[in-house]
Amino acid sequence: MLAYTLKRTVVAFLILVVVSALTFSLSHLSADPALTIGGEQASDEDIEAIRKLYGFDRPVYEQYFSWLGRALAGDFGESYHYKQPVVEMISERIGRTMLLGTLAILFALIVSIPLGTLAAMRPNSLLDRFALLIAVFGQALPTFWFALMMIIVLGVWWRWLPISGHDQWLNYVMPTIALGYYATPALMRLTRAGMIEVLGSDYIRTARAKGLPPFVVLFKHALRNAIIPVVALAAVWFGFMLGGSIVIETIFNLKGIGWLSYDALLRSDLPVVQAIVLIFASFYVVLTLAADLLNAYLDPRISVR
Amino acid sequence: MTDTTTSSPLGLRTQQTAEEILEPSPFSKLRKRIFKNYSFLFGAVVLIFIIAMALLAPVFEALGWIHDPYDQELARRLQNPFWHEKKVDEAHLLGTDKVGRDYLSRLIYGSQISLLIGFSTMLISGFIGTVLGVTAGYFGGRVDMVVNFIINTRLAMPVFLVAMAAVVAFGASLTVVILVLGLFLWDRFAVVMRSITQQARDLDYVKAARALGCSTPHIIVREIFPNVLSSLTVVATVEMANAILLEAALSFLGFGVQAPTPSWGLMLNEGREYMFFSAWMLALPGACLFMLVLAINMFGDGLRDVTLERER
Repeated sequence: MLAYTLKRTVVAFLILVVVSALTFSLSHLSADPALTIGGEQASDEDIEAIRKLYGFDRPVYEQYFSWLGRALAGDFGESYHYKQPVVEMISERIGRTMLLGTLAILFALIVSIPLGTLAAMRPNSLLDRFALLIAVFGQALPTFWFALMMIIVLGVWWRWLPISGHDQWLNYVMPTIALGYYATPALMRLTRAGMIEVLGSDYIRTARAKGLPPFVVLFKHALRNAIIPVVALAAVWFGFMLGGSIVIETIFNLKGIGWLSYDALLRSDLPVVQAIVLIFASFYVVLTLAADLLNAYLDPRISVR
Repeated sequence: MTDTTTSSPLGLRTQQTAEEILEPSPFSKLRKRIFKNYSFLFGAVVLIFIIAMALLAPVFEALGWIHDPYDQELARRLQNPFWHEKKVDEAHLLGTDKVGRDYLSRLIYGSQISLLIGFSTMLISGFIGTVLGVTAGYFGGRVDMVVNFIINTRLAMPVFLVAMAAVVAFGASLTVVILVLGLFLWDRFAVVMRSITQQARDLDYVKAARALGCSTPHIIVREIFPNVLSSLTVVATVEMANAILLEAALSFLGFGVQAPTPSWGLMLNEGREYMFFSAWMLALPGACLFMLVLAINMFGDGLRDVTLERER
């Protein structure tokens, strides 16, 4: 188990190095950041001076390793546009994105687990078909369009909810639904499949046979086992949701790091983009690593393979 | 009923039963399954309709049924669609946008962009993913380890953010969007192809081909590939839908297809400033997007059910 954990951690770290190297070269090979920093009025000498100052005249791999060295020490450089340390800009806003992501995944779980359980109780019933229909429709609904439609109906026509900002909890209601519903089809299908399998097992038959009330069997015996893979999948989805937060935060003007990455890309503010890519990738890697290790702990056969 | 079967202890049957002889042909069985699978039927009909619209758009335009999607007419800007209670312009069934372009024509031409992005992305990513997945699954060992690392690296990259960054770096255009999405959306292909190839590698007839001394490329192309084909088509539909949604989101944020191209995502972007008074400007392109993706997903789901039952 220790060897497995160690191996997986090293691989996870390597993945992050490759991801950051790819994004770094992508952004540095194509555009000239010196032109962005200098602006339109900058003379050729100014541009040359900026290149020297930021080290853009050095080979890309050299620039990358010096960036990586500083990033490992927690220094992501300074924003080209705002002339503010990137770490400060991110730490000011990351809380909102984390809150939004957590609320969204909770919303997804609260909708999908009961729906999946109900559907599994009576496979092929009307309710099951209804749940499946919701899943099929949900998967096809473009997130950002759903968000826009909610703004029009709930925000503009009925005036129930505020349509932009992040100062009160009401601001989070629509973004949470818009971001969270997209994960529900996958989580619901997994809950349903897991529950159908568990409900057919021997210990459930035993529990029923000894006369336990149906809801005790369902929630205490069956759901407890069926829910483990669902939670693991939810952890991975949380990583995906951070990526989805870019569109949602931009639409609702909720200034988290998703919004920040959009703003930074509009201004070609590479250090900010670079840092956010690494944060999103780290989240994904850490969450999948945790899910894998949890699985290996629950099923020791995995770590031997 | 006369049963002429003589089963040997090994279960090898030497003669067909009367039921088997009278059984409908595989083709008519398949046809029955298709017509009983409403999800597949719905998906196929809607998809064919949208593809037909996309292909016939220039014909409709030549016949004068729809307008030129690029034709601006400022005097007739922001006309309402036909169901609106206010005065409507008969010439523009679904109204006009902020520079007076016919909304219906732009919606119809928009299907071309979505389908083009969906198909091209699917071809590029399908090729990359299948090559990686089949290689990893067939050879196993170190090759598998390397491919697995590549897949995990790709999964760790926040696609949307990196795609936006790539569009900024290389300039926004249809080609860049297709290439970027094609180079990113191969992960599911690789994962699925890898696991199916692993299973197929140990099938008896593949072993037999190896024992006969067939070359590795021959085994992969002739023996393994037919096995993965049905899963490949299902993954392809999923990824096509995915690519269409991503392009729309990119274009909506201004990091995708650029004006004046009629892309549904871009139309949503342009309609945003009119959301308070003309909600239909947002409702229509989004509804088209929803229908197209729904049709592709239902077609894919149905295809899986129809083909899987045949294999059973």
